[in-house]
Amino acid sequence: MPLLETRDLSAFYGDFQALFGVSMALDAGDTVAVIGANGAGKSTLLKTICGLVPAAPDAILLDGRPIGGKRAADIMQLGIAMTPEGRKLFPSLSVEENLLIGGDRRKGSGYWCLSTIYRLFPVLAERRTAPATALSGGQQQMVAIGRALMSNPKLLLCDEISLGLAPVVIKDIYAALPAIREQGTSVVIVEQDIVQALAVANKVYCLQEGRVTLQGAPAELSREAIHEAYFGH
Amino acid sequence: MRDPATISGAGARRFEVAVRTSLSTWALLAGACVVAALIAVPWFAPRALLKDLFFVLTLIGLAQCWNLLAGYAGILSIGQQAYVGAGAYLMFALSIFFNLDPVLSIPIAGFVGALLAIPTAKIIFRLSGAYLAVGTWVVAEVFRLVSAQIKSLGGGTGTSLPTEVTSGAASVRFIAEVMGVRAPAARDMLAYWLALVLAVGIVAACYLVLRSRQGLALAAIRDNEAAAGSIGIDRAATKFWVYGLASLGASLIGALVFFQTARISPAAAFSVTDFTAYVLFVVVIGGVGTIEGPIVGALVLFALRDQLASLGAWYLMLLGLLAVAAMLFFPRGIWGTFAARFDIHLFSTRRRLVVPGAETSHTPHPLPNMLQEEH
Amino acid sequence: MMISALDILVQGVLLGGLYGLFAAGLSLIFGVMRLVNLAHGDLIVLAAFAILVLVNWLGLPLPLAFVVAALAMFAVGYALQYLVLNRTIGRDILPPLLLTFGLSIFIQNGLLEAFTADSRRLTAGDFETASIALGGGLAVGLVPLATLLTAVAVIVALNQIFYRTAMGRAFRAVSDDPVTAQLMGIDNRKLFALAMGIAMVVATIAALFLGVRANFDPSIGPARLIFAFEAVIIGGLGSLWGTLAGGIVLGVAQTVGASISPEWQLLAGHLAFLAVLLVKPRGFFPRAVD
Repeated sequence: MPLLETRDLSAFYGDFQALFGVSMALDAGDTVAVIGANGAGKSTLLKTICGLVPAAPDAILLDGRPIGGKRAADIMQLGIAMTPEGRKLFPSLSVEENLLIGGDRRKGSGYWCLSTIYRLFPVLAERRTAPATALSGGQQQMVAIGRALMSNPKLLLCDEISLGLAPVVIKDIYAALPAIREQGTSVVIVEQDIVQALAVANKVYCLQEGRVTLQGAPAELSREAIHEAYFGH
Repeated sequence: MRDPATISGAGARRFEVAVRTSLSTWALLAGACVVAALIAVPWFAPRALLKDLFFVLTLIGLAQCWNLLAGYAGILSIGQQAYVGAGAYLMFALSIFFNLDPVLSIPIAGFVGALLAIPTAKIIFRLSGAYLAVGTWVVAEVFRLVSAQIKSLGGGTGTSLPTEVTSGAASVRFIAEVMGVRAPAARDMLAYWLALVLAVGIVAACYLVLRSRQGLALAAIRDNEAAAGSIGIDRAATKFWVYGLASLGASLIGALVFFQTARISPAAAFSVTDFTAYVLFVVVIGGVGTIEGPIVGALVLFALRDQLASLGAWYLMLLGLLAVAAMLFFPRGIWGTFAARFDIHLFSTRRRLVVPGAETSHTPHPLPNMLQEEH
Repeated sequence: MMISALDILVQGVLLGGLYGLFAAGLSLIFGVMRLVNLAHGDLIVLAAFAILVLVNWLGLPLPLAFVVAALAMFAVGYALQYLVLNRTIGRDILPPLLLTFGLSIFIQNGLLEAFTADSRRLTAGDFETASIALGGGLAVGLVPLATLLTAVAVIVALNQIFYRTAMGRAFRAVSDDPVTAQLMGIDNRKLFALAMGIAMVVATIAALFLGVRANFDPSIGPARLIFAFEAVIIGGLGSLWGTLAGGIVLGVAQTVGASISPEWQLLAGHLAFLAVLLVKPRGFFPRAVD
């Protein structure tokens, strides 16, 4: 049984429809990349999965059980953690407090805790008492990922983690992905950087204007096919 | 006729922005008839009815002013009693010191009272939202405390209008003669007609403002202040003159109400219950942000008061509970809910894009809110 | 006369302690959920009547009555927030204000019906009139002193909660970003209710000192709200110590006014508030991030 499945998922912002019948499946251990142009619905997809945007109950299944439409806080308890677009760290909290709050409600009995997060991202240990938003963009992204990991999730959703970061910083961040996978967390990455996405994922979905236009393993997909699916022509 | 805009593939189409609807035109005519009937009332009705209508008319006037502030400019004021009292005290001052005829002293007091809005706004507009609301209340308290210090107008216990004005004023005597009644009844009639003029004037003014470009600016500010600013609307100036207009209305009504009572005191003139709580209920129950709403609400409140006034504190408890219930279940009020459901607008202020052959608008789905109550 | 001026200052500071207590609950609620509860003053009065009922009708000693009342008010606050106020939190500022204003009217008149407009007092025996001599002819009442010390203790306790506990972390996170807080597994509805419950406990503490120190009746709620609010604005949004400082500034202003003439007490406080608004619109100790 897939760990996460969406079946014919549609999503709306008021009157505006952002997703049109998106179906995808993720098995435990997968790293899935969702690519697409701006406004294609990638972030919306993640937001429906983590509960910030309403969805039909049966449209999203976790371990076979419907979770569509549940409250975001409840979905987090089920083992889905999100690194939101723009990082969204809490300005009133220090680096360490931001990490702690990620795990306050669901410690689980997993590998990730303060000391292991600091081992993954050593620079954070040096700046643990600083206000989180005083850090550089790349460091903030590390805090955001660490915060999500603190709940030892089954599934980690990463929304545009490379946004606004320099290439060398992006490399550093993606270098952490293997360690995350190793501890048993499956990952969904939303990325605009196609090359980066294809390099880390074993499954790719391409969205265009709210619909899946291409899916498969990176090796199977040709550049032309991706281009066509991404841009629509 | 100008050249119509063309859309690729759609052929030539003319677009119009329309405000008036056929329903609103009929409503206008009906309204004119109602006003005509109201003018004639003193000839037929007993004094008790005059007093009741006076109450409803002044309530409608105050409610429209408050609604303009809250429903359109997004400024919640729980201190408009500041201007009610200011207008009232100024009117008393003009009467007592200069023996002015009420037909003169009421408008003068009204306009001068409204001038206080200028320094007031300069200070309290530094606040916003809920804090601005309580700020307006503090200002009203300051006005009240200051008036209690003015010994020549009765200090803390208040004073009455001199008979030279209540019976001796030229306008009162004129009406007494024409209608063949004694001075007190004539005073009530004068107050009533002035209230009618004021209420109709305020409603008409609100309607015209909202139909104007300034009205569109108001709606924009209310919907999304930051966005309104980014398209060039001068939010500060707009909020300022709306506050000024609302204060003017409140001040005029204050002068009028206390002319009718002929007796003033700081507690009465600056009463939160009479001039804010009741007004608030009227607008909330009738429908915030519509012109018809306060009128409906005033009638409802009047009906309730008639039935329940003897209950004293229970009556106010009921009003409080109604306001709570309204905000939870009927945030648009009676008229607002009705109008949204059936898309009926008597005082039509919405701009509609009229495209020949296009479908009519529909109500949009609600957006997910912060607490995700929908699911 | 120097002693007289010093006396006024001291009395003003002590009065400020009471206003700080009034304001602490308001400040907490606004900090966590951006809600201004216009019924806040009336809830303090409600708490005072609750203590009164427990003392007079159930014969409980004052300290025990206070504890029971505080627990009851916690429950009232929790339920009020969870069932009613949570539904109005959102983008629009009008609904919570209109609703809490209606609530204020409801509570005031409910208390009026239940208890009449008579003035009441909480009796604390000898404690009420006891005073300490500070030397130089200056004496302070034990009650006002206890009020100020309690205000300080309450703020220390609240700050401990906010900065040293997981619950406090959650409060601060929700205050920053309620949407992302949900991603942390935080149930906003319960957290807001908890915050309101805590605020009501603080309100009960304020009510205790209010009732022991002076008379109270159903109609004094709105004035307490105004004092609380003025203290918060003078002190600056976002800082509990700032709120206490604001309360003290207000208390001193009022006491100075009262020394001119009793009628001037309230006016002096309001004028001080308006003056601060004119000169330092963000208050004396605003939070840097807002």
